Amino acid sequence: MASEKIVASQGRSAELDAHVRRIDSQDKVATGVLTVIVGLVMLLVVAIIVYILARGAGRALAPGFLTNPYNNEELPGILYQLWDSFYMLIVTLVISVPISLGAAIFLVEYAPDNWVTSAAKTAIETLSSLPSIVVGMFGSLFFVVTLGWGISILAGACALTMFNIPILVRTIQQALEDVPRSQRDAALAMGLTRWETTINVLLPAAMPAIVTGIVLSAGRVFGEAAALIFTAGSAPARLNFANPFNFMSPTCPFNIFRPACSLAVYIWRLTSEPTAGSTEIVWGTATVLLACVLLFNLLARLLGKLLSRRLTAE
Amino acid sequence: MTDITNMAGAGEKGGSLLTTKDVTVTYDLTHEALHKTSLTFEKGQVTALIGPSGCGKSTFLRCLNLMNREIPKCSIGGEIFYHGRDINTPKENLFELRKSIGMVFQQPTPFRKSIRENILFAPKKHGRVRTKAEEDELVETSLRQAALWDEVKDKLRQSAHALSGGQQQRLCIARTLAMKPDVVLFDEPCSALDPISTFAIEETIRDIASTGICEIIVTHNMEQATRVSDRTAFFYVGDMVETGTTQQIFRNPRDQRLIDYLTGRFG
Amino acid sequence: MANLMPKRRLENIGLGITGFCVALVALVVVTLIFMVAQQGLTTFFVDGLNPIDFFFGQNWIPEQERYGALPMIVGSFAVTLLSTVFALPVALGSAIFVVEVAPTFGRRVFQPFIELLVGIPSVVYGVLGLYVVNSLVKAIFGDAAPTGAGILSGSIVLAIMILPTITTLSMDALRAVPNQYREGSYALGCTRWQTTWHVVLKSATPSLMTAVILGMTRAFGETLAVQMVIGGVERSMPAGLLDPASTLTAALTAGLSNAVSGSVYYHALWSLGLILLAMSLVFILIIHLIGRKGAKANG
Repeated sequence: MASEKIVASQGRSAELDAHVRRIDSQDKVATGVLTVIVGLVMLLVVAIIVYILARGAGRALAPGFLTNPYNNEELPGILYQLWDSFYMLIVTLVISVPISLGAAIFLVEYAPDNWVTSAAKTAIETLSSLPSIVVGMFGSLFFVVTLGWGISILAGACALTMFNIPILVRTIQQALEDVPRSQRDAALAMGLTRWETTINVLLPAAMPAIVTGIVLSAGRVFGEAAALIFTAGSAPARLNFANPFNFMSPTCPFNIFRPACSLAVYIWRLTSEPTAGSTEIVWGTATVLLACVLLFNLLARLLGKLLSRRLTAE
Repeated sequence: MTDITNMAGAGEKGGSLLTTKDVTVTYDLTHEALHKTSLTFEKGQVTALIGPSGCGKSTFLRCLNLMNREIPKCSIGGEIFYHGRDINTPKENLFELRKSIGMVFQQPTPFRKSIRENILFAPKKHGRVRTKAEEDELVETSLRQAALWDEVKDKLRQSAHALSGGQQQRLCIARTLAMKPDVVLFDEPCSALDPISTFAIEETIRDIASTGICEIIVTHNMEQATRVSDRTAFFYVGDMVETGTTQQIFRNPRDQRLIDYLTGRFG
Repeated sequence: MANLMPKRRLENIGLGITGFCVALVALVVVTLIFMVAQQGLTTFFVDGLNPIDFFFGQNWIPEQERYGALPMIVGSFAVTLLSTVFALPVALGSAIFVVEVAPTFGRRVFQPFIELLVGIPSVVYGVLGLYVVNSLVKAIFGDAAPTGAGILSGSIVLAIMILPTITTLSMDALRAVPNQYREGSYALGCTRWQTTWHVVLKSATPSLMTAVILGMTRAFGETLAVQMVIGGVERSMPAGLLDPASTLTAALTAGLSNAVSGSVYYHALWSLGLILLAMSLVFILIIHLIGRKGAKANG
């Protein structure tokens, strides 16, 4: 009897051993597969970036590419598009940063717990999931026709603002909420208003995260094209840098009521209506665009680090 | 300066400085976290609020400067008389009220500003200081009152975050005193500090009381209550169970729950 | 010298300024929905197009006044689903690796890497798709894919574009699983894989589903990258994954510049926009439902 029991328990332990071996090897296989996946993803990222930079670097670095207008006969450049991209970005930020800041402060500090607030939150969420072409379409009717701005930098910047606001509101909201609650309570307990608390205590503490968020969003705005095609136009503008202060002239670089063509839109236009030699320009422009976006990325990180270091060290 | 120091006189003539009558606190419209609590606080006196976690003592404290109003879906019932006037009304000007009822929190909460600016921030916003001389004087007296002056007088322009935890907490006390309040609320001010800093803070609390300011301190630590307070109130599961002089509460407790708490049956 | 404005007035001013910003945003969104709906519904109520013919018609030939949107609807859903199928295993696998296996590596190295992908503009993806993916597809499938443009190429490009979205959101979802769950499972003698599979993934399911839906939202609404690689054929239904096709967004991009304002064609395009708008509202609704269900499941 006793020996039978031992045999049975030995059998069970052999079974257990096999099970342990099985789950161990399962564990190893799973880890191996995951490692391969991650390796491939990273390889993909590197491959994409290196390929684009390598393919377009020749043209992008060619002398004159960045400083010639598109209609230069020897070497067509992207000067106007580059200018328009940055100018439109600045106009967009000038419009979208204050609005997003206000909206985020309202949602974090004031928002009463009622249907108005939840409707506003839903509206912002809706905006964030809207396809950019729908925003562009709306802009082409509302900003361009209804408000009568015509195909213009202003209309394009407003369309970009709609695209940018949900991103900005979310990052600013997050940044404000990450400031310890106790900071806010301490200020309120001294008889200060929420407004003073936000402006003097919360915003300075949240500034590094907010600046990082703004620069990151600038990178995304910089590359956006679909919302611009029907609001700011896709035909390259002819600019006259010699006379920059004649604000109503269609060739004035600063005129916000003239059409404009950003780098991203220019790429799209060249691929949809290819001309002789346009492929090289496309790659060159794509390289410049990518480099700009990567620079924004880098700048965001550096600024964030710098600001938070200054805040803690002062 | 329309000042509280003048108003403090009203306390002597018209009864107690701060009195609560049947104060209740309800969260989420249904959960009553504090049942009818009536207490009286006098100037120059330190009152300790003790009790196990979740007993409602902090909730009660946050009624006294109406900080509970900042929490959504939290409502305060009953009456709170401050200088003989009920402040628990929608019309009460919270900003004026909180100028004269200061609060120090559990975690030190210095702002990301210099030591000097931490002190001057609120007085400036309230328009209390006008000249540089006034500013300098306010900074020095407040820091001296909080026994921090000697340690920081040479680095007033440095970040308050560079101070140690205990110094930060004393800075917060100084910042509160700079508002010239007649009531100061302390919400477990030493629970994040080491014993030496705790000792320093307790001394500061006693010193402030001797200038005639009414202090109310929530604490976990019964020994601390015996060291700093004149009166003690014991809270248990949302009820204010027993109150009296600190000696009486610790030497001759009457309620069984208080006896159990003091003898360590729970808490 | 100091700000001596009465505090209550200051507070009301703050409330007013910030409230105005929120109201402005809300107003613009309401205007957008109203305008798209108005223009999009004109097709049916004024121009008299039969909604059934519109949604189920298999040919979109404006010159012949035939407006059947089915090819684009099918195209949009096909690229969305296919790209999700491509991206999901990779995204989930990477997220598991960097959260469960190598957290420090994940935060320091992998996250910045994957964020680079988010930063690349969609036209640049389009260029890559047009010149690289299409050629590859053409090279692999030969005569079956004469130009390389089609749903397959579009899905591949989209898969790369939504990969970072799903990956980062999945990483957040896995990180949000309390560590006690893992420790509890290890204490019972479970291996890492068992813990991940049975405990972590299970409790993170609602957030992971949200991640997938957000990825799909992005894929469905992505415009230029798809438009550049899919071929842009709206006339008839795509016969297979290798056939040039079109999506709602691509048809809009290509059509809107040619359409005369006020024409039936113009309104029909807005109807496509209305479908896109409705779909993004549906995606939001799904995310809310998942959120509510998840909240219920977790008590």
